[in-house]
Amino acid sequence: MTLPTTLDEAVAALTAMPAAVPVAGGTDLMAAVNSGQLRPAALVGLGRISEIRGWQYQDGHALLGAGLTHARMGRPDFAALIPALAAAARAAGPPHIRNAGTLGGNIATAAPTGDALPVLAALEATLIVAGPGGARREIPVSHLLAGMEMLRAGELIGYVRVPLLHAPQVFLKATGRTGPGRAVASVALVLDPARRGVRCAVGAIAPMPLRPLDAEHWVAQLIDWDHRAIVPEALHAFGEYVAAACIPDPAPAEDGSVPQLPPAVLHLRRTVAALARRALGRALS
Amino acid sequence: MSNEAAAPAQAAQSTDTAAAPEPLPHGLGASLPAADARAKTEGTFPYAADLWAEGLLWAAVLRSPHPRARILSIDTSHAREMPGVHAVVTHEDVPGTPLFGRGRADRPVFASDVVRHHGEPIAAVAADHPDTARMAAAAVIVEYEVLDPVTDPEQAFEAEPLHPDGNLVRHIPLRHGDPSVVGDVVVEGLYRIGRQDPAPIGAEAGLAVPRPDGGVELYTASTDPHADRDTLAACYALPPERVKVVVTGVPGATADREDRGFQLPLGLLALKTGRPVKLTATREESFLGHTHRHPTLLRYRHHADAEGKLVKVEAQILLDAGAYADTSSDALAAAVAFACGPYVVPNAFIEGWAVRTNNPPSGHVRGEGAMQVCAAYEAQMDKLAKKLGLDPAELRLRNAMATGDVLPTGQTVTCPAPVAELLQAVRDHPLPPLPKDTPEEEWLLPGGPEGAGEPGAVRRGVGYGLGMVHMLGAEGADEVSTATVRVQNGVATVLCAAVEHGQGFATLARQIVQETLGIDEVHVAPVDTDQPPAGAGCHGRHTWVSGGAVERAAKMVRTQLLQPLAQKFGMSAELLQITDGKITSYDGVLSTTVTEAMEGKELWATAQCRPHPTEPLNEAGQGDAFVGLAFCAVRAVVDVDIEVGSVRVVELAVAQDVGRVLNPAQLAARIEAGVTQGVGIALTENLRTARGVIRHPDLTGYALPTALDAPDIQIVKLVEERDVVAPFGAKSVSAVPVVTAPAAVASAVRAATGRPVNRLPIRPQAAVVTPQ
Repeated sequence: MTLPTTLDEAVAALTAMPAAVPVAGGTDLMAAVNSGQLRPAALVGLGRISEIRGWQYQDGHALLGAGLTHARMGRPDFAALIPALAAAARAAGPPHIRNAGTLGGNIATAAPTGDALPVLAALEATLIVAGPGGARREIPVSHLLAGMEMLRAGELIGYVRVPLLHAPQVFLKATGRTGPGRAVASVALVLDPARRGVRCAVGAIAPMPLRPLDAEHWVAQLIDWDHRAIVPEALHAFGEYVAAACIPDPAPAEDGSVPQLPPAVLHLRRTVAALARRALGRALS
Repeated sequence: MSNEAAAPAQAAQSTDTAAAPEPLPHGLGASLPAADARAKTEGTFPYAADLWAEGLLWAAVLRSPHPRARILSIDTSHAREMPGVHAVVTHEDVPGTPLFGRGRADRPVFASDVVRHHGEPIAAVAADHPDTARMAAAAVIVEYEVLDPVTDPEQAFEAEPLHPDGNLVRHIPLRHGDPSVVGDVVVEGLYRIGRQDPAPIGAEAGLAVPRPDGGVELYTASTDPHADRDTLAACYALPPERVKVVVTGVPGATADREDRGFQLPLGLLALKTGRPVKLTATREESFLGHTHRHPTLLRYRHHADAEGKLVKVEAQILLDAGAYADTSSDALAAAVAFACGPYVVPNAFIEGWAVRTNNPPSGHVRGEGAMQVCAAYEAQMDKLAKKLGLDPAELRLRNAMATGDVLPTGQTVTCPAPVAELLQAVRDHPLPPLPKDTPEEEWLLPGGPEGAGEPGAVRRGVGYGLGMVHMLGAEGADEVSTATVRVQNGVATVLCAAVEHGQGFATLARQIVQETLGIDEVHVAPVDTDQPPAGAGCHGRHTWVSGGAVERAAKMVRTQLLQPLAQKFGMSAELLQITDGKITSYDGVLSTTVTEAMEGKELWATAQCRPHPTEPLNEAGQGDAFVGLAFCAVRAVVDVDIEVGSVRVVELAVAQDVGRVLNPAQLAARIEAGVTQGVGIALTENLRTARGVIRHPDLTGYALPTALDAPDIQIVKLVEERDVVAPFGAKSVSAVPVVTAPAAVASAVRAATGRPVNRLPIRPQAAVVTPQ
């Protein structure tokens, strides 16, 4: 186990030991180690890299360190900047998990139920990846989650750049119980008043967050942007639109009959519709 | 007796109201804290997983990945050759009887020719490091011919036998009364109950140490040490006196601990290697290894007259026993006997079956059998109330059972049965405030503090559940416990093989001795099988049978103490009284302290307690099968988000028939824990399988209630009508809230949504109201 203090040292350590695994909060990694699924030859601890544990501002964007913990992101000062990410961080699990688990770890694990992921997708966040020799490159978070681009050997997620939109944002999550639990479905919705846009992402129902782009464009035209208001019928229709986009009807069979979705899937679709409708309703209230 | 009883009740009240300088609570009726509470909260209390021995080896068990397969060959040669591996054992290495089981010996120590459930042990390894042991277990090559598993209990009747004993574990066709009777109103329903896992906080762990005499000692959190010892001895072909089970701290037990499929390989490896062997189960192994609550399918038809009086109940109950019988026979007896609930039903026709499948094995989890039927008959009562246009509580009151009524098994209820009183108590308790009447920031909506709950979509519902369980073993089980009380230098010690697993026996034993002998310092000795047996820790056995034995032994010591004093003053010992450590005579002539009278003496007494015998149910399901019954009423208040179907239990009001309160704090804790486990059954706890394979054997997939899921629990009434046949008049308290709470929660969700809610745990899609 090595404990570098800068991002470049960490990258150097990973390059020197290709079998080493980086560890930040360890909430996913150590569970895999404890259950015997993973026996890393060496660990590179990222906990001492102070440059990635805070955030800074950069021309209308926030540059979030990958080492930010969920607990830190849940605090009011952060919530004032990026409300949806703060809400997702607060919903991400019990306090001991939120104290350890990091933003970068959530992205690297890329679990379908990762709570920060739909928010980052809705914000169209970009990752700043540190590579050997002080190299830096940018990857849109959706490209990484979709597997269009991958992290290369020795690379680490250093920062996440998100736009500061100065407008309401909502993250809603449906779980199986009142206490902390994995999302059954989640919806992140952000308003971009400067561009008169709505951006929405649905989490947990697919291997990566889904963006219902048509529904976003359609509903953005129906919003009264001067008063930030919308008619209730449009709100309902938006919910249904998002749900149908993310969980489409099955294709008609050869004989022309339309097969029914199983009850559990229909319920999931109803849940997504309710979450999307509530999210937009709250953003505009 | 009545004087003795009144005194501590007053003492308890005074300690409750008085300020701090009072001495520590003691005696029956007082909230004596558990002796080990501090060590447990500080983390210094040793559990089996903390044990260590010089030169110990680590064990690992190879388990079947298939629910059903034929084993073609087992090749252990690679595992044996791995450096650090000391022994590999399979079915060939079991020297004694190859089969064991709680009800019936039908389960192999290691699978030999077939595997019948996912996670069945096939081989075990002892090695010098836990990782080596796991790798060696993985290196055992087993060739399987995978077979199609039977996972639907309804298909078990027709399927080819999964076991030489056949697929039917037990069938009880209960017939009581006149089958031709028909009611004015008939309601029918089909109900399904999921698979609850006991999910103990501490997973299984143990240490086996070989003895110089060729025997073995097992240190583990057993809740039934003598039965475990007998099983181990039989499988090892050793006389029972050469196998010793030493009970360590028990980290949570709402079911049988420890799984014998885990103990047996451990002891065998110690015998084989001649070295201490330790095994600590992972959470996954724990889920795979131990037994679960019986998944149950129930079909009901209730007949009632126009006033809502029940006239006939017909039911079919199908218990999924999993691959092995275990305690399924007992669970089925309870399910059939309590199929109508605590209601007067003159005619009952109940068919009950427990069948084998390739699903994970079922066994004892508290309230087994009674819990599943409670959810179904209470759903039927709700349906009946709706059909008759009656208030659900009123319908239940019209049918409530009382002492002197007859169970469908033909047994007359002779113990207190204050069912109506319990129901009235919870019904009349004030309802909790609605969310809209509280400040918005305090709202805890369904879905949790950061959830998606929307106040406009939340509906509140109120529902009722009435439940009953039997106490002690049923159907002729021999119940006996032996206890020894020793007093020396003013300190009393209790020796009894009743395991303290959280039910509070150790605290109760101290209270009993304090009460009888006036000695405050009482220790309860650790349990091992060198002591005489006390039975398994379930069905309120230790409060009743072991508590009774402790009381008798303490009374014998008391007589030994008082006899010489009484003789000196020319009176009988009965005229002397011990209160607060002082011995006084009825006339006040004699007054001395217990410490003084004890001076230089060592007093011992051993006593047994054996409740009155019961009889097995006959071929028509009739018989006096139960020693005693306990009842509970729960009113549930729930909030349901009717768009996404999330449910939050806001409050559970509980009224319980407890006989007598022996330790108020401990009693309240048991009830709170019980109803919380019930909330788990109602909403989240279901160990899911796909074609017999357990899908998420971890505590993320298997959602136990958290502090946020536990509702506000109001214990509104404890009915203290003493059961004359029970020692102290006290009833068992832990199981009946588990039985009743799920039915009440389902009833409340029904009231909130108008949906039938006929499956537990309640799935979100069953709690959704679709707009018309």
